[in-house]
Amino acid sequence: MGQPSPPPRPSAPVAAEQETALPATLRRNAPLVPTDSAASRALAAVIAILTFLAALCAGAAEIVASSANQWQGSVAQEVTIQVRPSAGRDIDADVARAEALAKATAGIATTRVFSKAEAERLLEPWLGSGLDLSDLPVPRLVTLKLAESPLPDLKGLRGSLSEALPGVASLDDHALWLQRLSTMANTFVGIGIGIVALVLIATGLAVIFATRGAMAGNREVVEVLHFVGANDDFIARAFQRRFFRLGLRGGIIGSCLALAVFALAGLLAQVWRSGPAGDEIEALFGAFHIGWRGYAAVLLIGVIASVVTGIVSRLTVRRFLR
Amino acid sequence: MTGDSLLSGVEEPVVQFENVGMRYGLGPEVLSDVSFQIAPRSFQFLTGPSGAGKTTLLRLILLSVRPTRGLVSVFGEEVSDISNEALTGLRRRMGIVFQDFRLLDHLTTYENVALPLRVQGRAETSYRAEVVELLRWVGLGERMHVLPPLLSGGEKQRAAIARALIARPDLLLADEPTGNVDPGLGRRLLRLFIELNRLGTSVLIATHDFALMDLVDAPRLVLGQGRLQIEP
Repeated sequence: MGQPSPPPRPSAPVAAEQETALPATLRRNAPLVPTDSAASRALAAVIAILTFLAALCAGAAEIVASSANQWQGSVAQEVTIQVRPSAGRDIDADVARAEALAKATAGIATTRVFSKAEAERLLEPWLGSGLDLSDLPVPRLVTLKLAESPLPDLKGLRGSLSEALPGVASLDDHALWLQRLSTMANTFVGIGIGIVALVLIATGLAVIFATRGAMAGNREVVEVLHFVGANDDFIARAFQRRFFRLGLRGGIIGSCLALAVFALAGLLAQVWRSGPAGDEIEALFGAFHIGWRGYAAVLLIGVIASVVTGIVSRLTVRRFLR
Repeated sequence: MTGDSLLSGVEEPVVQFENVGMRYGLGPEVLSDVSFQIAPRSFQFLTGPSGAGKTTLLRLILLSVRPTRGLVSVFGEEVSDISNEALTGLRRRMGIVFQDFRLLDHLTTYENVALPLRVQGRAETSYRAEVVELLRWVGLGERMHVLPPLLSGGEKQRAAIARALIARPDLLLADEPTGNVDPGLGRRLLRLFIELNRLGTSVLIATHDFALMDLVDAPRLVLGQGRLQIEP
């Protein structure tokens, strides 16, 4: 060094000259909190696993919700008239009368009368085949497909049925079935949301412990930052940035794994659909496709996990420094 | 001890201690009834045998510990009830060279020296030229991309000094700044501090190197058994 000249007073030309002389590889703005440690990798893995589980729950809830919607849609498009046999009445005439009434009602697209043989066949799963059911008072069904417009007047049809065929014909609009289906689907979605919330809380708690560990492990860094004039907010932001990055890494890995699982499940479902149990699988899960809403939910969970990680670490640091 | 003063004129002292006592926990008093002032633009040594309380006194000025009794004022502000924001403001007016350097091992020499400016929220481009120029001035121009574990003792020392100087502090505290370097480099570093003092910074150097102190005609704050004496 020799005899020192006065400390440097940078000027614009000097600055430009120095800037060009800087080594190209000089690292100038590395994170203030060391990022690459075993604890960091462990935390990223925990966040990835938790995000993966939460995303699976969200995707499963979405599958149930959309399948239930499909079932509800198809069930709600159809109503049934049931015509019961009654002593002293001609059931075929009653069925024809009920169908005529239905056809005369606005908003009914098509009608289909189940023949006696068809009605008996519906009982086969319970009574077995090969029985003579002619002596049994098997009710007859007329299914009605509802039109998109005009809106069907089911109340009017119910009224005219009970007027024309009192105690014999009744209209079933599947309301009870739809309500149960909707309750079941909502329960599944509610459970899914609950599990996602629990997983996010678990993520937050894991981050609190990890942040406290990181604060203890970086006590000297924090002390030096204080001595060189950093305030608590600056230090909290440094930790928040570090944990947000970890959270983002974990969240992206977890979400991508979940998306891969759903894509794989979709492929497997396609393969199984051609097999013997295919109809049942398709009836239960539809196409096993989580749709754009499902994909958005999975990605959103990854983002939320990162944001939760960042915010929780910042709050923890602020508390710790106080 | 009565209020010994290094204050010239009527300017507000940079540091003022009044009957300050300090003990750690329930242990004995490390400092007893210490009173002194540091004037703006003054230069002084703090000396005494090992364990006399030099580092504790520096930590009191640096506000990393609070006195058990007595009053400590820094830049005219009494520090017993100081808020965190005000504390940060005071620390930004100080530069500190630690005995063990306290460089952050995961940051390059450049990043370590730039730290006081970075924590003020300044953009890297706004201080780049300043940092590079100071690094070259202390002879670390070729070592700015190196991590501290790869620096020699003398290089670490100069990096720590550069970090203390970069924000042009009003007060420079140095704890055994020549303790880890050969006498030649020690003298060169001392000249650096004198130059800084000429430019208006108050300097307090803690050392027990009498040969070094003999090189400069400056008052000495002498600590012994927790008490302070001032040798003009």
